[in-house]
Amino acid sequence: MTSMAILTIFALSIFVGFEVVSKVSTTLHTPLMSGANAIHGIILVGAIMVADSATNTLETTLAILAVLLATINMVGGFVVTDRMLEMFKGKPKAAKANKDAEASK
Amino acid sequence: MNKNIYELLGLVVALSFILALKGLSAPKTARRGNLIGAAGATLATVVVFFAPLGEGKSHHNTILILAAIAIGVLVGVPAARKIQMTQMPQLVALFNGVGGGAAALVATAEYLNLGTGASTAEVVATVFTVIVGCTSFSGSVITFLKLQELMTTRPVVFPGGRFVIAATLAGVLGTGGWTISSGANTPLLVMGGLALLFGVLFVLPVGGADVPIVISLLNAFTGLTVAASGYVLQSTLLIVAGTLVGASGTILTRKMAEAMGRSLFGTLFGAFTAKPQVATGEQEARSVKSGSPDDVAILLNYAQRVVIVPGFGLAVAQAQHTVRELADMLAAKGIDVAYGIHPVAGRMPGHMNVLLAEANVPYEQLVEMDEVNPTFPQTDVVLVVGANDVVNPAAKTTPGCPIYGMPILDVSEAGNVIFLKRSMRPGFAGIENELLYDAKTTLLFGDAKDSLTKVVNALKAL
Repeated sequence: MTSMAILTIFALSIFVGFEVVSKVSTTLHTPLMSGANAIHGIILVGAIMVADSATNTLETTLAILAVLLATINMVGGFVVTDRMLEMFKGKPKAAKANKDAEASK
Repeated sequence: MNKNIYELLGLVVALSFILALKGLSAPKTARRGNLIGAAGATLATVVVFFAPLGEGKSHHNTILILAAIAIGVLVGVPAARKIQMTQMPQLVALFNGVGGGAAALVATAEYLNLGTGASTAEVVATVFTVIVGCTSFSGSVITFLKLQELMTTRPVVFPGGRFVIAATLAGVLGTGGWTISSGANTPLLVMGGLALLFGVLFVLPVGGADVPIVISLLNAFTGLTVAASGYVLQSTLLIVAGTLVGASGTILTRKMAEAMGRSLFGTLFGAFTAKPQVATGEQEARSVKSGSPDDVAILLNYAQRVVIVPGFGLAVAQAQHTVRELADMLAAKGIDVAYGIHPVAGRMPGHMNVLLAEANVPYEQLVEMDEVNPTFPQTDVVLVVGANDVVNPAAKTTPGCPIYGMPILDVSEAGNVIFLKRSMRPGFAGIENELLYDAKTTLLFGDAKDSLTKVVNALKAL
């Protein structure tokens, strides 16, 4: 990959990152943080790549430890986010109905 | 696997992460968004085992990798499932920390592997990852200790602290430069150690109420380390995913700080200039008015409008269901009942909504701060259940106190204020609350759940 291609990907990703969360409500700050936290657990892929090519003991040890930590980050992150969001099931609809009712008063 | 297919699948995963973040920004789509992200991450993890190999290379350590993943799942899933909802913020902090640690380890292993042919840019990216990953790891551990209340939640400031922090940072950068120029292993280790120390020093001066902002910031940092690792490992997926988290995390951190009425700069660097706080204020015993459950029941019974302000104490006492019972009883008597939800009630923005939703409190009774504040002058009784900092007028009246400038619920404008508290202990931010001494305030001491049960019984007897 050329440096220019990498820089392009990097710059565009920054804008996408800014844009996708620009309208989040306060209620969802915690789940969003937790979800983003789970996504950076994708370092697992990097850890696997390094472990896969490691040939000496030190590198292997570091990389395997990284695989372990990254797995905890990724799997635990997605599960805990799901648990948080489970609580919101169906609720926003009720709030909307309530608001509509208030508006019609 | 064919290289094109491999890269195409990487793109699919990157897009799934964009959809995940997008979904997580709206209540309706949040859960689906998270599941899309999880599916993408799973796909990426499976696919990487079939990555096309370069000339003359072979797979190593496959069994070890799979074992490590299995152990990680066995640790992570039960932790995430069993955690009490009240302790969730520190679990998120911990997950973020191990992610940062993983990135630092990947970079260290890669550094050992780089050899002499590596470009300067690659070495710089590796060094960056080790520094920020280590900082994020140790900083997250400190935020965990603070939230778990294993250490003081007050800002830890010691004389000359800012010089120590500045010197540590200079040391990190110096050894970073040394690592880049020498390519040796010793400077990298020294640098990692200093970065770990910096993470600790960076978070120590942050007050308890500001900890969520720091977690969010460290989360964004970890994202950037993932992006830098992606550059070194030539993985577009890691670059995109890491940058997404870095960018969205930065915006989220700013939004959180705004919701709490804090300047981000003040949160992070305020402690550099702050003097050690005399957090408890005047120590002389001042009189407070404490009441019995019957007094409280009578006040509530003859009210027309009651606002319940839940705080972390309610969650700790597991009193969500009892408070709901009380609210239902009042509503049955024709009293207008609402919950006033401060954006940072609990430990993190939105935390209280999650806790009350767990107790099936009707969503329409949860009123956010901006909507509930104008109604306090028409409110007869405010029932503050285990909250303190979010109703503390010091946020408006005492410049220089740790929560100064944070928007609060103006409960002092209501007719009566009832505090259900365990003790006179100050709140999480460690500041005395003047409102407790106000003439219209009644205190009911005890565990929130016990007190509420007694009030419910007294109300039944009326």
